[in-house]
Amino acid sequence: MSAAAAPIGARSAGPADAIAAFTRRNAWTIGLIGLLVVLFVFTKAIQPRYGPVPIQGLGTSVMPLMLAAVAQAVVVIGGGIDLSIGSMMALTSVVSATLMKGQGEEFGVGVVIGVLLLGVVLGGINGGLVVVTRVPDIIVTLAMSFVWAGFALLVRSAPGGGASTWLKTIVNGAFLNEWIPRATVVVVIVVFAIWIPLSRSRIGLSIYAIGSNQLAAFRSGVPVGRTRVAAYVVTGVFSALAGLSLTATTGIGSPVPGPYTLLSVAAVVLGGVSLAGGRGGVLGPLIAVVILQLIQTDLTFLHVDPNFGLVAQGAILIGVVMVGSVIQFRRARA
Amino acid sequence: MSATAGTVRQPALDTTRRLFRDRPVVPLIGLLAILVIVMEIASPGIVNPGWAGVILRTAVPLAILAGCQTLTMLTGGIDLSVGAIASMAGFVTATLLHSEGGVAQGIAVSLAAAALAGLVTGIAVGVFRVHPLIATLGMSFIVLGLANVWQLQSVQTGAGVPDILRTIGSGLELEVIPNSLVVFVPIMALILFTLRRTGYGRLLFAIGDNPVAARLSGARSWQVILVLYVISALLAGIAGLVLAGATNTASVSLADSLVLPSVAAAVIGGTSIFGGRGGYGGTIVGALILTVLSALLTVLGLPEPTKQIVFGAIIVAVAAAYTRVTAES
Repeated sequence: MSAAAAPIGARSAGPADAIAAFTRRNAWTIGLIGLLVVLFVFTKAIQPRYGPVPIQGLGTSVMPLMLAAVAQAVVVIGGGIDLSIGSMMALTSVVSATLMKGQGEEFGVGVVIGVLLLGVVLGGINGGLVVVTRVPDIIVTLAMSFVWAGFALLVRSAPGGGASTWLKTIVNGAFLNEWIPRATVVVVIVVFAIWIPLSRSRIGLSIYAIGSNQLAAFRSGVPVGRTRVAAYVVTGVFSALAGLSLTATTGIGSPVPGPYTLLSVAAVVLGGVSLAGGRGGVLGPLIAVVILQLIQTDLTFLHVDPNFGLVAQGAILIGVVMVGSVIQFRRARA
Repeated sequence: MSATAGTVRQPALDTTRRLFRDRPVVPLIGLLAILVIVMEIASPGIVNPGWAGVILRTAVPLAILAGCQTLTMLTGGIDLSVGAIASMAGFVTATLLHSEGGVAQGIAVSLAAAALAGLVTGIAVGVFRVHPLIATLGMSFIVLGLANVWQLQSVQTGAGVPDILRTIGSGLELEVIPNSLVVFVPIMALILFTLRRTGYGRLLFAIGDNPVAARLSGARSWQVILVLYVISALLAGIAGLVLAGATNTASVSLADSLVLPSVAAAVIGGTSIFGGRGGYGGTIVGALILTVLSALLTVLGLPEPTKQIVFGAIIVAVAAAYTRVTAES
């Protein structure tokens, strides 16, 4: 859409034009940041005691969903969808918690690496099945969500296990300044260390290309099948990271998948990633997760039944997408 | 992606392909028969009229929910809110048991609430072009949240499932014929008739096949879709009432575990998730297959985790075989 609105090379671009173009291209993310700031101010206004400690808690509690949202964002950008993220998180979480229990700190590092490799395998199987069977993504990953959840139950039939101390340390408390939650710093570093090089590489461009127009990408020489598998592998790795963060933040592993699959879809859509594929990034979904959580927190402060938080999330999800489609519709007509 | 267009056509394969594409019910019934035979081999003597009645009874709520998926998938949509709406309907009816209007009022209120939820979803999808996945996902959050609020507000939390629902949901006439067929058969007839014989049914196929062409041919697709999601929500509400009766429980998350199988049943039944192709006959057999499969895995003595793994793997395998044979992209 944005590319069609501003033909490249139509006129010489000055710095003002560059800023305008940047704003237009990232309008959604900038809007989300604005909304986040407003929400923080609002939270502070209704609850003056809202300070560093709750913010650190917020950072820790949103960590698994942030990573799940990034996992979902990657595959959605590639034109797919992964409904097995919650189950992959449960499986990687129980595996890590079971292996780490009662072991040394160095062993924990090995476990983390092993679990990330497990994420590669899980994502590779999901992607491979999607490509080989040619069954729609949504069906394959839906079915695989049963499979991964079953394996999680095989590993542990009940919540338990443990986490290395260093792993628990890096997701709690603050970093440098008491206002900056360490968990959020970890998420941002991990996500951007993987995502920025990836999105600028050949594979990253190919993922955007197949999401945008699979046939055009194929005719331009993009190996569609391999790229789709690659997108699922990246999603698997981020799901494994999300599973590890579950182990780190709760200290145990639970074989029952949380509500992360559907919430990740919600966060991705609110974060400006088009479900049709090919558009958006990972920053928007990250911010959207914090916004969703802050709304819940505010409702608690306002003494509203917290169940209305769920209602609000649903209404926001539908409402925001409605507004988005109205804007797009107007633009298409203009 | 018509990659198979260039391959050499074999007449035998072509016939199979046509059979699967045009009459998916026939091979599916074959698969169902195989599963029943395996069942009999695994546990000789288990297959008898009583067993069939129990399987039918278990399959009815799933088949109704899979009907929601079939109808919405025909237009290229999906309905993820059926679980929340079904649970809500059963729960609300149970809490209104001792109110003035009794059971009738409870059923009326719960179905009205379901229809309202469907109306909002329909407006979002039909008028504002929100992706059905998102609209129904959002609606499931809203319905679940409101049902939780209602749970805290309602005084008679101790009220159980009304007797009439239990009779309909779990009763077996002559220990063979489930009473829930009283609800299911009219629904089945209505859906099959609508899809095959009415203009509305053809519009659903048309919109799913090619929305632009349908619009240019004068179809008011927003009206069709709006009505569609109201119907889907109402069906989900009815399924919830039957399910509450069948399980004798009323909780706000009762039907959640049926959402994914309902999608799977429609897919196995030959309805394309991209829209424009499919039907309810296949879906019903799909729901029966999943129910028998689940029973079979239990009889084989597989523990719950293994059961889940096999269940998922078989869904992928059946869908893959299906896609292979019909050569759908």
